[in-house]
Parts: sequence; C-alpha cells; structure tokens
Amino acid sequence: MTGEESPILSAQGLSKFYGSRVACDNIDIEIYPGEVLAIAGESGSGKSTLLNLLSTQAEPSSGTLVYRGRDGSPIDLRTLPEARRRHLLRTEWGFVRQDARDGLRMNVSAGGNVGERLMAIGWRNYAAIREEASGWLQRVEIETGRIDDKPDVFSGGMRQRLQIARNMVTKPRLVFMDEPTGGLDVSVQARLLDLLRGLVAEHRLAAVIVTHDLAVARLLSHRISIMKDGQIVETGLTDQVLDDPAHPYSQLLVSSVLQV
Amino acid sequence: MNGGAKTGAGVLRLENVEKTFVLHLRGGARLPVVAGVSLGVDAGECVALDGPSGTGKSSILKMIFGNYRVDCGQILLRENGGWTDITTSGPRDILRLRRNVLGYVSQFLRVIPRVSCLDLVAASAREGGMPAPAALERARELLSRLNLPERLWGLPPATFSGGEQQRVNIACGFASYRPVMLLDEPTASLDVANSGAVIDLINECKSRGSAILGIFHDPQIRARAASRIVDVRAFAQGSQQHA
Repeated sequence: MTGEESPILSAQGLSKFYGSRVACDNIDIEIYPGEVLAIAGESGSGKSTLLNLLSTQAEPSSGTLVYRGRDGSPIDLRTLPEARRRHLLRTEWGFVRQDARDGLRMNVSAGGNVGERLMAIGWRNYAAIREEASGWLQRVEIETGRIDDKPDVFSGGMRQRLQIARNMVTKPRLVFMDEPTGGLDVSVQARLLDLLRGLVAEHRLAAVIVTHDLAVARLLSHRISIMKDGQIVETGLTDQVLDDPAHPYSQLLVSSVLQV
Repeated sequence: MNGGAKTGAGVLRLENVEKTFVLHLRGGARLPVVAGVSLGVDAGECVALDGPSGTGKSSILKMIFGNYRVDCGQILLRENGGWTDITTSGPRDILRLRRNVLGYVSQFLRVIPRVSCLDLVAASAREGGMPAPAALERARELLSRLNLPERLWGLPPATFSGGEQQRVNIACGFASYRPVMLLDEPTASLDVANSGAVIDLINECKSRGSAILGIFHDPQIRARAASRIVDVRAFAQGSQQHA
C-alpha cells in the first residue's frame, strides 16, 4: 500500500495576488487519501481563495500543485490541458458549494441532477441511471417520490443533500467543500454533518472543508489549518489545535466560540 | 515518593515531560502545568495518578494521547517491538497510534448528532479493527454490562442523563482492546453497581496485558483498580529543585 503514503494532493508555495493585495501567501498543503483537512478562519482570511486554488477553480500567481491520480501517477495541475482537467473534475473530484444553487441545476429534476453526472462519465442505460440516482437520493434521505421534482421546490437542507448526492454518485476520490453547512438551521446542519461524516468514512474520501465553524471542523476533520491574512498560522491534528492552540490568533479564534 | 521511571519492559514511558500554557490573549502569561514528569507503566498494571485537582493529572493524560503538546521531554509508546515518541509524531502518526495503541476514556461524552449509542459503541469497536458483526455484539455486551436500559440503545445519547452518557462513553472506550489505556475519572457520576462494572472492565484489560494509566477520584475505587499510585505533586513546576 505505498499509495497510502503519498499525498493525493500537494501544494507548495501557493500564492494568489489581486493587484497588490495578497489573498494567499506561500501556502504549503498536503492531503492524504482518507484524510479530511479543515481550513478555518474568519471571512477575508483567504480560506475560500485557497479552496479555489486547490480545486483549480482559480489560477495561482505562483506555486506548484500536484494531484496523484487513480493510477498513482503524479499530475501537474498547473500545466494540465483544459480537456484533461475537466475530465478529472468530472471523474475523480467533487465540489460541494455553500449555496446549493451554485452546485445544482435548478431547472432540472432531482433525479436529473444526479443522473447527468453519470451520463457525463459515459453511462447510457436510462433505467440503470435512474436506479443509481434513486439509490443516491435515498442515501441522502430524499424520498424517491421526489425524484422528478426540481430543486427549486426543495428546502435548503434538501438542496444541500441533493448537491452531495450529485457529487458522490461518480465516486470521487477528493471532494472540496465550501462552508457545506453554512446558512442552514442547526437541526438541518446536524443531519448534514452526520451524512458527511458517514460518507467520508465509508468511501475513504479525501476532503478539504472550508469552514468558519470550529465545531464542524472538530466533527469532520482529522487535521486543521488556521488561516489569517492569507497565511496558515497554525496547522496540525484537529483536536490538538483546538484544545491546545499555540498561535495567538488560534487562541483568539478558539476562545471566541462558546463551546467546540 | 514514587513515580520512578526505571521500569523494565514497559509499554508506556514518560521521560522528563514538561508543559506550560502560554496565554497570548493575556499578554503572554505563562501557566505552568507540570515539569519533570518521568514514569513508566508496564503491561498488565494499572497506575493511578493522584493529587489535588489542578495539579495536572488530566493534562498528563492529554499529552500522552497527543491532545496537548509537550514543551520538552519524551512520551514513548511501545509499537511493533520498538518505541514511538508521540511528542515528535505528526498528525497522521498520532492517529495511527490512537487506532492501534492508545485508548482514552474521557470524563465527558462528545455527542455526535443523530448517531444511536449502539452505533457509537460499535463504531469504536470497528476502529480497533473488529469486523462489523462482532463490533455490534461487543457493543451490546458492554451496554448491558453497564446497565444501560435496552430501550435507550437505539437513541442518540444527546438527551441522556450525565451518568447514562458517561456509561456510553466508557463502553466506547473499552469497545476494543488497546495496549495502552488512559482513563480520566471513568467512574465519576456513576453509582456503586456501575462503578463495579467499570472496575471489572479495567481488570479484564489488565489481564489481557493493557498498561493502564488512570485518574480515580474515589479512593476506594482507586484502591480496587490500581496496582500502583503516582503522586503528581512531585511534578509541580519548581518542585524538582527542592525535592
């Protein structure tokens, strides 16, 4: 199992400048298979920019970004041709957005939202696609009777679960999540967190989760990186950083929450 | 005094461990916790940490578990015939040690929303490598030994009483065998019958060869569970010079 010891994604010296403003400053990050990394910090800390850089949604100003594919070969994401990058996104990666409307097609049925991802990777048999989509709707606790409904009639929590089903149906190896529980009621959050926790463990997903909620980080992540002003000020085992934070800013962040 | 580090073929060894919290939000105030902690625990023995509250007993357990950092010294765990120092181990190595070597029963249950207590305990057993059916069987056995009413097994423990949550927590902690067990007041808030059940679990671990380091508030329970007592007042910062 030598593949276990190699990171699935590694970034070195990753920076992003907007003019003279530094959004991400010289970031080094490694993510291993089966590992969940939380990136925490306040808004404006650069955590969403970092997620966009790691997931190739934005172009870094400098630095390297290497992904290890299903076959174990390293892929330089910065020089990857666009067609291959898009193929990778469809087949090996997932992206769960904070606003489900950005991750779903709102005028396509729930079943269609899940099924079209299968079609994109070559599934052609309609009955098989519908069966697989229906299975995933059940897995994320959406009644199969709702398969032909469009997500614009779904609640926020249902939309978010549908977005997760749409991402998981292609069995990704690496999933990026941007505040996946943001904007949801606490009871709805709990259901979603439980679902994510189960999926990550069951499928040995590698995941990068951006969150400002340290309780979400504690529940879902193995490791955490605390960001401030575009830099990672502290990184380590999640419970160690949250229970014994060393950096002044981490101490401030941890002491500012009621209980994590 | 006690707490000598010179033990034979131990499975857990602390050498000169020191810890101070630095509170940056209080102008860098330094909060000394312990210094010069040296002790060893052998396979099959239960060592109790004793001393007034605030003397760093829980902190010592948290440092061994990799939950707190250590300023200096070594915390060595026997792993595959060699020694691994958790104070210099990275996050992934610490997680491996927790899977294979280290068990920890804390005072309070960290409740996971919507997960039933039976599933919670079974998941702990699976983490230790037990196959799913055996893990479920082990979970049932532990919950019934700890007298948790069967009607509660399918419910998430969020709404349970303190004592019920503590028993779920203990069941999780003892669900799978670990060579090193850390127990932080496992019998706090338990009645006599349940304390007895916990002592039985501790003694089973001992006879299977676990090295146990624990904090037991109740002196009677301490006397029944522990083979040896270490007074942590010896590790108060500053006391070494005067000892």
